[in-house]
Amino acid sequence: MSDSHAHAHPPYQRHHFETYEQQKEATTFAMWLFLLTEIMFFGGLFTAYLIYRNWYYPAFVAASHQLDIILGGINTLLLITSSFTMAMGVWCAETRKKSGLVLSLVLTLILGIGFLGIKTVEYKEKFEKHHVPGHTFSVQSFIDPAHDEATLKAVKQGEPMPDPMPLDMARKTEMYFSLYFAMTGMHALHMVIGIGILGFLIVRAQQGAYTTGHVTMIENFGLYWHFVDIVWIFLFPLLYLISRH
Amino acid sequence: MSTDTIVKLPDQATARMPKVSYLNKEHGILSWLLTGDHKRIAMLYLISLTFFFFIGGAMAGLIRLELLTPQSDLMAMDTYNKVFTMHGVIMIFFFLVPSVPATLGNFLIPMMIGAKDLALPKINLLSWYLYMAGGALALYAMITGGVDTGWTFTTPLSTHYVNTNVITTGLAAFIAGFSSIFTGLNFIVTIHRMRAPGMTWFRLPLYVWSHYAASVLMVLGTPVVAIAIVLVALERTIGIGVFDPTKGGDPLLFQHLFWFYSHPAVYIMILPGMGVVSEVVSTFSRKRVFGYTAVAFSSVAIAIFGFFVWAHHMYIMGLSNYSALLFSLLTMLVAVPSAIKIFNWAFTLYKGSITFETPMLYAFGFMGLFTIGGLTGVFLGVSGTDIHLTETYFIVAHFHFVMVGGMLMAFLAGIHFWWPKMTGRMYPEKISQLAAVTTFIGFNFTFFPQFMLGMLGMPRRYASYPAEFQILNVFSTAGASVLGVGYLLPVLYLVWSLKYGAIAGNNPWQATGLEWQTQSPPLTENFEKLPIVDHDAYDYEWLERQNQIQASEVSSVR
Ligand SMILES: [Cu+2]
Repeated sequence: MSDSHAHAHPPYQRHHFETYEQQKEATTFAMWLFLLTEIMFFGGLFTAYLIYRNWYYPAFVAASHQLDIILGGINTLLLITSSFTMAMGVWCAETRKKSGLVLSLVLTLILGIGFLGIKTVEYKEKFEKHHVPGHTFSVQSFIDPAHDEATLKAVKQGEPMPDPMPLDMARKTEMYFSLYFAMTGMHALHMVIGIGILGFLIVRAQQGAYTTGHVTMIENFGLYWHFVDIVWIFLFPLLYLISRH
Repeated sequence: MSTDTIVKLPDQATARMPKVSYLNKEHGILSWLLTGDHKRIAMLYLISLTFFFFIGGAMAGLIRLELLTPQSDLMAMDTYNKVFTMHGVIMIFFFLVPSVPATLGNFLIPMMIGAKDLALPKINLLSWYLYMAGGALALYAMITGGVDTGWTFTTPLSTHYVNTNVITTGLAAFIAGFSSIFTGLNFIVTIHRMRAPGMTWFRLPLYVWSHYAASVLMVLGTPVVAIAIVLVALERTIGIGVFDPTKGGDPLLFQHLFWFYSHPAVYIMILPGMGVVSEVVSTFSRKRVFGYTAVAFSSVAIAIFGFFVWAHHMYIMGLSNYSALLFSLLTMLVAVPSAIKIFNWAFTLYKGSITFETPMLYAFGFMGLFTIGGLTGVFLGVSGTDIHLTETYFIVAHFHFVMVGGMLMAFLAGIHFWWPKMTGRMYPEKISQLAAVTTFIGFNFTFFPQFMLGMLGMPRRYASYPAEFQILNVFSTAGASVLGVGYLLPVLYLVWSLKYGAIAGNNPWQATGLEWQTQSPPLTENFEKLPIVDHDAYDYEWLERQNQIQASEVSSVR
């Protein structure tokens, strides 16, 4: 204790902390707590999902088959890779490699934007097929699968032709898409916020702010980014892979 | 009533306010608006909370005026719906939830644990700005047409059947929610990581324990109501159907999510108040709080049990008999830790040297009214009686006994108790005792008749009622005007005391907390040097020894 006080405080130590150690522990702890609130936030959505999936399982299966598993898969890969580049960034910050840090952050940013780009393509497709909940929503794909593009494509790839769904159950696909948009929308919102912060971090990293030994900012953002990835790791099987073989 | 007092003020003829304190270290409005100092942020909160309290109070006044007569004559029925909704929204989200934590908690937690500030000063300031943004939005919603769903935003009423400012008000609550998440998060981190050397967990004042428990609730509960509000907003705008029965959604799901937060929210509101009462009761009976560990853990127990009782708000909404049974049982369990507190305070008073300064009067008010509020809560927690009493004035009376009789009393106890520390000056004792008694009498006249009205079956949330209920309603309205005077008085004399109050000195109450061992008002860094803690909380013998050491030092200097 007395030893660390003999030296001057590092410039990035806030005055109300006794030691830099304390500052680092406090901010990291705060970040974990914040992620806990995020878990509760998404927890409400996951609860709703689990209830309705149990109630309307056939509708959820059929609606899930309307999603493009390839686009979803690519997005999953993008995010996992971005988690890797983010982890590289943290490592570069810790070992004080400025250009490595900037490069990792830029790569993470590009991968994140790529994810959002593909998500936009997927959303657009939902609009075209009238799968967006609200007054434009149509159950046509489910009561008349023989004339539905996505179903025909799947049949061509060897899946069995599904029976037309009774109207009552087909209507429940709107619930699936409600949850789909709420969950992926909230996730995308977190991505957008993350990308915004990334932009800021890149500028500051360029100025050398995080390669002086003060790495908590990068580490904590890394935690956030990984968390957003993990949410997607849950969303992908829950939304895309219901009863796929 | 005993006439002796523990107040120990410096000689007023020679006493001076400290030259440098957090209040005058920096000048100008910007030094306040951009401050990171937890004490200044606490003062910002205090001013803005008081503002919202009086807006919510004005709404309450309108409600009571309307209910003076059986007909709906002061305002149209729609207006009445909007008025009681705004009363609830403002009082709950913008007064009760942040009341003690954001003002007194902000000010005192770092001081009580021997820290220079909260762990995250910028987040602390951000939480105040979020609070103000939410508040401004709520006022905007109120001015541009209001909202009439009740503060509970119940679906499908809020999603399908009303065309008022549901989204704006919901957004206001959402933003205020994040303000409270950040406050709670900041407290937890601070209590874990910023304690002074020697300040172990079991040396913490019980005030800190109760804030810790409340913070856990804020951090875990608030995000759930946030997502519920988001889903309501999405349902109203783009038409997703999570709560929409016509699309297979279940409106009850909203209630589950809403009450998963809003039941713990009553503990967010009451726990910090209980912390205040622990400090005040100990100080004014000169005794260590009886059963310190039990009181500390009862706060944690309330926080844990509090998460498993939410469905007692839903007995009449088609809950299965088995869940009703289970939640009745769990609800009675949560009464146990609250009772532990009440009994331990009673034992603290037992054989103590009790004095009756204003904070103590308010604390007595708290104990009496909270006990009544808590016990009537058992009637409402048990599904059998609840089905008869819910949605009547019984529930209104119960809630106000706990929240106004309990929490607001505790808030006022705390404000008076720590006023000398916050401002360096004493409030005038005689008139404030009068205000405390006025509040107590006014409160009972306002809300006790409502228990009877509820038992007789008068439903809540109507502007008109059968003529036979009028006499009790007149009592209630008369009481409310007394209560209003009781709340206005402190504003007047507290502001007066800023200039003319007696100079308080470091420790006017001879209390043991770390916050009393430094100058009033404190320095920006709180302490001249890092305090080292070597004694338990409420150790009055330690304080005695400390005073003797100081006295001998002074005499040796002479
Ligand atoms: Cu409750």
